[in-house]
Amino acid sequence: MEWYLSLIWASILGVAVAMYVVLDGFDLGLGILFPFTKSESERDQMMNSVAPFWDGNETWLVLGGGGMLVAFPKAYAILMPAFYLPVIFMLLGLIFRGVAFEFRWIAQTSKPHWNFAFAAGSTLAAFSQGVILGTLVQGIKVENGAYAGGPFDWATPFSILCGFAVVAGYALLGATWLLVKTEGRIAEHAREQAKYLFGIVVIFMGIVSLWTAFGFPRIAERWFSLPNFWFFSPVPIVTAIVVLTGWRALANPAREVLPFLCAIALFFLGYTGLVISNFPYLVPPSLTVWETSAAPSSQIFMLMGTLFMLPIILGYTGFVYWIFRGKVKEGEGYH
Amino acid sequence: MELDPVYFARIQFAFTISFHIIFPTFTIGLSAYITTLEVLWLWKKQDHYHRLARFWTKIFAVSFAMGVVSGIVLSYQFGTNWSRFSEFAGNIVGPLMGYEVLTAFFLEATFLGIMLFGWNRFPPALHVFACFAVAIGTLMSTFWILSANSWMQTPAGHIIENGVAVPVDWLAAIFNPSFPYRLAHMATAAYLTTSFVVLAVGARYMIAGKFPAEARTMLHMGIGFAAIVAPLQLFIGDQHGLNTLEHQPLKVAAMEANWNEKGSAPLILFAWPDQKNQKNHFEIAIPGGASLILRHDMNAGIPQLSSVPPAEQPPVANVFFAFRIMVGIGLFMIGAAWLGLLLWWRRSLFQTRWYLWPAQHVWWIGFVAVIAGWFVTEQGRQPWVVYNLMRTADAISPVPGGSVFTTLVLFVVVYGIVFSMGIYYINRLIANGPKIPSDSPAPSGMPNRPFSSAPNEKEVRL
Ligand code: HDD
Ligand code: HEM
Ligand code: HEM
Repeated sequence: MEWYLSLIWASILGVAVAMYVVLDGFDLGLGILFPFTKSESERDQMMNSVAPFWDGNETWLVLGGGGMLVAFPKAYAILMPAFYLPVIFMLLGLIFRGVAFEFRWIAQTSKPHWNFAFAAGSTLAAFSQGVILGTLVQGIKVENGAYAGGPFDWATPFSILCGFAVVAGYALLGATWLLVKTEGRIAEHAREQAKYLFGIVVIFMGIVSLWTAFGFPRIAERWFSLPNFWFFSPVPIVTAIVVLTGWRALANPAREVLPFLCAIALFFLGYTGLVISNFPYLVPPSLTVWETSAAPSSQIFMLMGTLFMLPIILGYTGFVYWIFRGKVKEGEGYH
Repeated sequence: MELDPVYFARIQFAFTISFHIIFPTFTIGLSAYITTLEVLWLWKKQDHYHRLARFWTKIFAVSFAMGVVSGIVLSYQFGTNWSRFSEFAGNIVGPLMGYEVLTAFFLEATFLGIMLFGWNRFPPALHVFACFAVAIGTLMSTFWILSANSWMQTPAGHIIENGVAVPVDWLAAIFNPSFPYRLAHMATAAYLTTSFVVLAVGARYMIAGKFPAEARTMLHMGIGFAAIVAPLQLFIGDQHGLNTLEHQPLKVAAMEANWNEKGSAPLILFAWPDQKNQKNHFEIAIPGGASLILRHDMNAGIPQLSSVPPAEQPPVANVFFAFRIMVGIGLFMIGAAWLGLLLWWRRSLFQTRWYLWPAQHVWWIGFVAVIAGWFVTEQGRQPWVVYNLMRTADAISPVPGGSVFTTLVLFVVVYGIVFSMGIYYINRLIANGPKIPSDSPAPSGMPNRPFSSAPNEKEVRL
């Protein structure tokens, strides 16, 4: 019983993080792309394309953090001090981009400041998330069940590289989202950007994969020992297919949704790779999901609520996306 | 110099949560108020209700955004600054906050989209429903987070196993002894605080001679609501205090600054508590008053601070003064609301400048009372973070004081900017007032209008 409870919880957490990365990924991506357009009206449309959703999207982050506290309090208690500074930077970034959504419309003369806050906040948040990811992969120093590293253990070339990779990845999600939600000049512009970003993201993914595979022996062993190698070989093959499909879809102006789906698929594959590399460790390389799990009664109590509520949440989230479907038009704004 | 992480983590928590609570207080009240306005509009078909609802929605949006971003900081702070607390109490506090995310945060955040952007696009019924969903969401959020906090005040339904709290009876843990009182008191505080903001804005327009229909409605609604709820709050607060007397006697001793009086305890109106010498200076008191309020008997004794060593006492002066600020504001609110009622009854409310002029300036008093109340609650619990189970000093993360100090400075700077701009923008929205630009082309703002079925809608192509 307790054995698979922790597995179920690990999957729920995994889903929450994946939902967050995709959904807030394109919001943050728009912020990252903000400085690359000169037209204020294009910026308005970019913001309008996510304004009704961003708050719900961000809530998946709360579920991810909260879920970890619920199901794996020991992991939470080790990881948060380990990620201390990057987490705070992420939060500060999210503060600026969050309030910019509201302030920017009211501001008159200081509108450029809030453009800047939106762009810088989004970029900082995305970068910090990448750094956190990199820090997790490279391993956390634990002694006596507590974090035993220093405040700057996260600052390594690998985690910084992951930071840039996530910024590029979110920007790609943002650009391809604009293909779905806008039309005309702004969509053309986004398609150009997406082509570059697509290439950059593929390169980043390549470097990060090779680095993890060859730089961290425990991960190399996971992938290259037999028979694992054969089980996992579809991952790079599927990735190659997705890259090709995405590339062709971007070249074809009639394809408006496919590029976005391919960008999501890329994220999903990278994510799968990560899970393969690290499972069952929640605090690599020392603590597994089982060693950090909460009391079974807490996991069960929360699981009942989650199984009941999650479909409802997905239902009304889908509903809101549906009623706001279609393209954003120029010059439209609710304010 | 060694920086003490516990000290800075406490300041950081107090700072970030005091900042956060301002916005929930307002959004809980405002979402309910906007829903009420919209229902009134649909029912009475008077346009100024519509204008008011849209006006407050804009302010709501700004306040909500600040509530969300500051709230996310808090939920992560449990891990970054209080990781040992998270480990100790995670089995109980975790699921409570988890239920908050599942039942409240998603609901609010998702329907917020419709509430803010759905004005011209959807049928009013859907819009009212969205407002209602947001209002319910904020209340559910209050429910769960206060349950978590109350468990830290009066833990129940758990056992201690291997040094961590493990739940054995969830109902007892959720509905722990102080929770019903805290929930009632806080929810009422939110509505009351908002009613004074509404009242103040009404008074402001009335004095300026602008938006008369809206000003009258706001004055009536604000005063009418506060006149009933402010006395109710006094009653709930009193009951809350009696509950505290039973479960956290030392907190009450600190509120009353009662060092060692074992017999009939006076009601201290003013004093300067001196923790070092364990006594009060400059005391002005009503003999037997505290005993009368708390025990309904002039001669019954109340808890004494001297029953524990000084190191185990909460910071008395803070609790003592914060409590008086809150109760003082509570009494002031009763007086202000009833005075308004009297003027309303004599049909001179809208002309009485000596009432309206101060009224427009007291929009903030509820927020001060809320923060003061929380200071009583939280500091009165010290030195415990989970009452009688875990000390605050043992709850800290293994992080260097320098990190906590640096991030504290960053929070102060960032919140300072965001907060002052937020207040400034809200003030600007209020100054602009409830106008709907009638000539505006149906501000269809967002993508699509499903219910207006525009014929030239372009299909999205896969
Ligand atoms: C009395 C009610 C109350 C209290 C005591 C708190 N909150 Fe809060 N919180 C709310 C009432 C609320 C709310 C009304 O639900 C908010 C305010 C504005 C909003 O967007 O939702 C909110 C927002 C909010 C959010 C953002 C939710 C989202 O993404 O939509 C988080 C993560 C938290 N809070 C977390 C906390 C934590 C960890 C607290 C204590 C330590 C806390 N709140 C105290
Ligand atoms: C929203 C209104 C709240 C306010 C204004 C508030 C205020 C404070 C203050 C001033 C402190 C510092 C006390 C001191 O160190 O002397 C504190 C500490 C703390 N509070 Fe609250 N609090 C609130 C709600 C909550 C809630 C809802 C929770 C938990 C679910 C909570 C958990 C804590 C914790 C963990 C600490 C840190 C340990 C400590 O310093 O005692 N608080 N709070
Ligand atoms: C009118 C007389 C009032 C009395 C007798 C009263 C009583 C109390 C008491 C005894 C506590 C501490 C509870 C504890 O921690 O054990 C408290 C807390 C609090 N009060 Fe009041 N109160 C009054 C008015 C108000 C008003 C007007 C507001 C706000 C508009 C307010 C907001 C709060 C809040 C937010 C808390 C902290 C949360 C809680 O513990 O409930 N109070 N009050």
